[in-house]
Amino acid sequence: MSKNQIFSHALEIDRSICVGCTHCMRVCPTHALRVRKGKAVLYPDRCIDCGECFRACPINAIKIKEDDLSALNKYKIKAALVPSVMLGQFPDNLSIKRIYKAIYELGFTHIYEVEQSIEFLRKQIFNYQKKSNIKPLISSFCPAIVRLIQVRFPSLTENIIKLRTPKDLTAEIIIDDFTRQGFSIDEIGIFYITPCAAKIAAIKSPVGEEKSVINGVINMNSFFNMIMNKCNSNHYTEEELMEIQTTSLPPMAITWSLTRGEAQYVKGRSFAVDGIVNVCDFLEKIENDEIQDVDFLELRACDESCAGGILCTKNRFLTIESMYKRASTSYNKRKNIKFNKNIEKLLINKMNITSIEPRPMNLDNDVEKAIKKLERIREIMCFLPNIDCGLCGAPNCKNLAEDITNNKAHISDCVFIQYKNLTDTEQAKNILTKIWGENIFEKDCSKKGAKYEGS
Amino acid sequence: MILTYKVQGGDFSNAGKCSSEVKKVLKQLNIDHKIIKKVVIALYEGEVNIVAHAYHGVITVEINTEKIKITLKDEGPGIPDINKAMEQGYSTASPIVRELGFGAGMGLPNMKKNTDYMHISSEVNKGTEVILINYL
Repeated sequence: MSKNQIFSHALEIDRSICVGCTHCMRVCPTHALRVRKGKAVLYPDRCIDCGECFRACPINAIKIKEDDLSALNKYKIKAALVPSVMLGQFPDNLSIKRIYKAIYELGFTHIYEVEQSIEFLRKQIFNYQKKSNIKPLISSFCPAIVRLIQVRFPSLTENIIKLRTPKDLTAEIIIDDFTRQGFSIDEIGIFYITPCAAKIAAIKSPVGEEKSVINGVINMNSFFNMIMNKCNSNHYTEEELMEIQTTSLPPMAITWSLTRGEAQYVKGRSFAVDGIVNVCDFLEKIENDEIQDVDFLELRACDESCAGGILCTKNRFLTIESMYKRASTSYNKRKNIKFNKNIEKLLINKMNITSIEPRPMNLDNDVEKAIKKLERIREIMCFLPNIDCGLCGAPNCKNLAEDITNNKAHISDCVFIQYKNLTDTEQAKNILTKIWGENIFEKDCSKKGAKYEGS
Repeated sequence: MILTYKVQGGDFSNAGKCSSEVKKVLKQLNIDHKIIKKVVIALYEGEVNIVAHAYHGVITVEINTEKIKITLKDEGPGIPDINKAMEQGYSTASPIVRELGFGAGMGLPNMKKNTDYMHISSEVNKGTEVILINYL
């Protein structure tokens, strides 16, 4: 993807709700957020769709762009592509058959589990490791990590394994299943139930492929509510549930999306790092060659990987417990695994992605101009207090200096500069209004934590 | 543009801070990542040398459109025989330093390998100055 292209992101700031509280701005790992006129605004070229802003927002002002179930109507085959972490969201006394039944009742005609392609993928990672002399190889599993590397660690883009993710491979299995039965590609609708925003971005604007084979994305949190409502209102007889065929997965596939899920099955020295801050720290060291002779890195943006996804309902540790419970009983029941030579033959031609382009956050593509800009930034920094208070609407003083250099902010946005340079308080008020909006100086008893909160 | 960093001898826990900072700057300047990698590896070795052998030192990094010039100047024991120090595997690091994973005798050769120009001048019991240049 070229640098000038507009990025489509899964996260959207709802300006009618946002109060410009700076929580999101402070946690963004790529410093992509600012506050202007009392609302958070996004620098889209820097956003990696990790969802940390969504997690940090105290008033749910960040929305996830998703599809709703009405999109199913366009297709004859309405396939739900369900990750195993979703089945881990439910109370343990709710059987998988009941959950499947509820999914059918929502209007889906077929259910596939994302991890059906894991055995194939694992084998291919193994082969990839054998053929490649790049160290370390980095898993392509987490789309937020792929984007983080593009933006913050561009030199490591070549280390990313150029294999498609489990959900895309399983989607290919679905397409194959139904085109064989005579359905045309337009009749097949594949809907992925997502635990995070990054996977929405990966489907709506994929990296390393032209267009995703998945037709829609459904928010796992909303999906959880729909299923719980179905399960609560309808009671099924044992007989009714007997008819439901669930998918059998090996334990390895069930726990693949958890931390160490991939790393424990690869060759050589591997690390599994979760949490975006931990990943950044680790990649710094990898980039500096401070950590050497590592064969494989499993990197996940969320703490406890997909169990900690922003659209998960259940506590992440309870989710992990449920998933391991399922894994511990899955092997014995494992019958007629769909995995046959035909599927292997099919996927082998569809497993690769093209190169992953860096999209670095440099000051300028031209080195000379970039040096000039950095010199200017360092000059401006002489005057800024370096306390990163955020009152200017940027996450830290350095970012303000950068914005000033790029004509996106003014030095007097800093309150300390205002105090030094402005004699007129009206002028200072105008500046603060520009950043924090009209209402910032008004008394408001309905705000969060105030006397009549919620009124 | 000139960047300056102070390095404290014996402060192993902070060894690598300077090279990390310089890396961040070079990335912002859109310098070819292959050159960045070489610069950072050479600088890291030099930084660790000051930490492991000297009392304290100053690292200056000059950046322009032609080259990156790094000067590592320390006050310390100096190097009695520079030719010997340049040999792979030769090290005067103490056993404790080696236990920390440093002092394998690869520092200076590795610096030379990753730079276009390297010059060492040293005076015993006074200190050492290393100049590293990478052309853009």
